[in-house]
Amino acid sequence: MAINQTTRTERPSLAVELAGIRLRNPVMPASGTFGYGEEYAPFLDLEEIGAIVTKGLSLKPKAGNPTPRIAETISGMLNAIGLQNVGIDAFRKHKVPFLRTVNTPVIVNFFGNTLEEYGAVAEQLAEIPEIAGAELNISCPNVKQGGIVFGTDPKAAGEVVSLVRRKFSRPLIVKLTPNVTDITVIAKVVEEAGADAITCINTLTGMSIDIRTRKPRLANRTGGLSGPAIRPIAVRMVHQVVQAVSIPVIGVGGIVRPMDALEFLIAGARAVQVGTANFVDPTAMLTITQGIEEFCVEEGIDDINQVIGSLRY
Amino acid sequence: MKNIRTKILSNQEISPGYFRMRILAPGYERKARAGQFVMFRVQRSLPPLLRRPFGIFRTGFLPSDCDDMPPIEFVEILYKVVGRGTTIMAELHEGDRVELLGPLGNGFDLTATGGEKILVGGGIGLVPLYMLASELVESSSVRLLMGGRTRDDILAVTEFERLGVETYVSTDDGSLGEEGLVTHVLERKLQKYPDAKVFACGPLPMLKAVREKCLAYQAPLQVSLEEFMACGVGACLGCVVKGAGHTEEAPSYLCTCTAGPVFKSEYLDWSSLGTTQTECGGCT
Repeated sequence: MAINQTTRTERPSLAVELAGIRLRNPVMPASGTFGYGEEYAPFLDLEEIGAIVTKGLSLKPKAGNPTPRIAETISGMLNAIGLQNVGIDAFRKHKVPFLRTVNTPVIVNFFGNTLEEYGAVAEQLAEIPEIAGAELNISCPNVKQGGIVFGTDPKAAGEVVSLVRRKFSRPLIVKLTPNVTDITVIAKVVEEAGADAITCINTLTGMSIDIRTRKPRLANRTGGLSGPAIRPIAVRMVHQVVQAVSIPVIGVGGIVRPMDALEFLIAGARAVQVGTANFVDPTAMLTITQGIEEFCVEEGIDDINQVIGSLRY
Repeated sequence: MKNIRTKILSNQEISPGYFRMRILAPGYERKARAGQFVMFRVQRSLPPLLRRPFGIFRTGFLPSDCDDMPPIEFVEILYKVVGRGTTIMAELHEGDRVELLGPLGNGFDLTATGGEKILVGGGIGLVPLYMLASELVESSSVRLLMGGRTRDDILAVTEFERLGVETYVSTDDGSLGEEGLVTHVLERKLQKYPDAKVFACGPLPMLKAVREKCLAYQAPLQVSLEEFMACGVGACLGCVVKGAGHTEEAPSYLCTCTAGPVFKSEYLDWSSLGTTQTECGGCT
């Protein structure tokens, strides 16, 4: 009797291991939707999320695109922020001291305009011991150079990942763009080049027009579409990539509710990222984590790893 | 600042196309400062996906239903129906569940006490000026210059008068008050009160005209800006405006949500403001 009670009240384990990083649960923010962590500290306990993923960093500070930078669409939003960020030096000086006080793995997202810049940022990141891992952005649709240029060409993708791999020995995650004909081609190249994990997907390139002014709603004309509108595409691509590679995959795209996150996990994602939903509800990641736990209890599952990749046909 | 799940106390049309919503908001009476805003969300509704930013009109207390219960704290927002989000809001009723993130933003700088204060409001831009007026009347002589296209755009003027604010109304079509632009009234007041400090909120063309007058009369100016934003807390970087001295080489982008929404005029790059603005954020 007493044993039964203990069993019943025991909470399921949500911990997962991602390329050597141990996460207390599989829920983390998507880069660019969570600032540098500190912005959301007033609203949620940063020690209740799986990891902190920073805004994409570059070698030098970057100003970003002209405004308007965002527009809402049905069940989604378009953004063309243009990778505005404080740069690696300011990150180290002004953001790391805060992150050091938080007992949660920090994953730094980064990008470069050229191959050399990617390498230079990786070298600098290697010198910041507080970083658990790095997420290499080869998929931003909103800047002319860098980003997507490397993410849509298999050869360029392989080169940049190999270079960064040589300079950064801790866990290296590569974030892929969905704006390609076959995402598995890039995924395989990235794996071969030494990536420890893959994040998919970044935003889908989109456009929206104001019919009265006949102008694009974004100054950049096009932007990246995120939010629930893209979720089925993201689930499909995660499913494809999981089949194609043997390294872990982080699923991202339109997760708002716990059941959305569970779709990705069942498709085989080792962890998930929450993006646009953070803007709508700063506590979204906590609600999602709680819901995942409740699902496990309802399904009689004591370890989230039993859910991961449990897709049935 | 925090996110509260709460409910609507009332939601009434106060002028054609303009609504006043009163929301149960514990803590706001104590915490909210003049010029701050909230991110509003209809609970469990999608669309609209994103929250909408609204300036705080005022906060206050209602007597509780029971004698031994504390009074009920509320926040009021005024809004104009312009797109899908505000259309949905206009159909909400007392008791409907909503979420508020706030109070957010910096608010007006009220360190300069005494003397003459001139507030300039254009249409719905009047919203952040009410709490400002109620604080300024404590130590200053306050005048409100309220402008709109027609009489329908002139809101809540009697409430300002009850605070002891002298009000001057102007409309483009002369349907209420003086016919003409609010900046004409401003010019006369600046001639009469050369040491006045000016606070303004309204459509961008009006703000630009107000700024020209203030430059001409060397009157210090604070403006409250409106921009599309996704998060309201400085993370999405969607609501930036260019700061004074912005160049391609040394760019300066300021978040309207955290560096603003109130800016001292001299901190802004006015030539770039509004060059790419559209009427509504989207969601069509």
